[in-house]
Amino acid sequence: MTRSFFGGLLLVGVLLVGGCATRTPTLYYWGDYQPQLYAYLKNEGTSHAEQILALQKVIEGAKAANKSVPPGFHAHLGLLQISEGKPELARMELEAEKTLFPESAVFMDFLLVKLAGGKSR
Amino acid sequence: MSALRLLKLSLLLIAVLATGCASNQQAYDYTAFRRAHPRSILVLPPVNKSPDIKASNSVMSYVSYPLAESGYYVFPVTVVDETFRQNGLTLPEEIHTVTHTKLREIFGADTVMYIEITDYGTHYQVLASDTRVTATGRLVDLRTGDTLWIGSATASTNENQGSSGNGIIGMLVKAAIDQIVNTLSEQGHRVAGVTSQRLLAARPNGILYGPRSPLYGLDPSPR
Repeated sequence: MTRSFFGGLLLVGVLLVGGCATRTPTLYYWGDYQPQLYAYLKNEGTSHAEQILALQKVIEGAKAANKSVPPGFHAHLGLLQISEGKPELARMELEAEKTLFPESAVFMDFLLVKLAGGKSR
Repeated sequence: MSALRLLKLSLLLIAVLATGCASNQQAYDYTAFRRAHPRSILVLPPVNKSPDIKASNSVMSYVSYPLAESGYYVFPVTVVDETFRQNGLTLPEEIHTVTHTKLREIFGADTVMYIEITDYGTHYQVLASDTRVTATGRLVDLRTGDTLWIGSATASTNENQGSSGNGIIGMLVKAAIDQIVNTLSEQGHRVAGVTSQRLLAARPNGILYGPRSPLYGLDPSPR
């Protein structure tokens, strides 16, 4: 009885030590998203077409991990599609951002209105 | 050793271990933060006070991870940057003067994070080179104008090197090597990643967890 009691205390101690180092799983699948943001902001090295390909790999990774891509991901991809002259693909990405993260609705609507106004039809 | 004594020792050990994670710093006053319940954070391009022109973009590229993983919606940093650019604002100093009303109107954000980089880069000294990135952050409620949180963080390549005491010649050789490695590999950008994580992730005296985190509302209560 006493032995199992002390054993229990020891276990609690071990759990507490482990508690300091415990890493909860991430909320999102990040892949190369942030390095791609840096590549875009630096504006040197890789082309926007190459950056789109890199982001599509992140989407595949997220699907395989059964996780969502992070906040801002689809909007950033939309920005790249605009720069590549693909407003329809850009619109889909902005809509995806809005669906996934309703907190972005005001900004996405602002961008969607601009996008629609900028189209030559 | 008696069983009672062993029990007392065990309890003491547990008490020491349990408090080991907590810091001794004075607890931050989160009254305004808790009242505001922010869901989203608009990070503006950081103002750079260091001589390295890469600093602002470098830190900006790292802010999404710590804030989003802490449970907030983080506005897409590149799209935010581009939006200001198309409105004729390219300098972070100018962008930081945009009114709260205007930011709220365009982005619909609950809060804005102002970041200032005070140190970014490698300092060459005789005995060692030190790549250091230091930044401060200020989170402001765009609905009320209240400051919800202020903090600062630093990271340095010297942290893990310790003082091995290999004699002065060994240290000089090491300094020469350090300088080459630090400049060639864009060390500053790597260190900026650590600084950003320390500055912006939820932790004691940092921001609180946001609504998208399973730890939302579980931050330790003020004593």
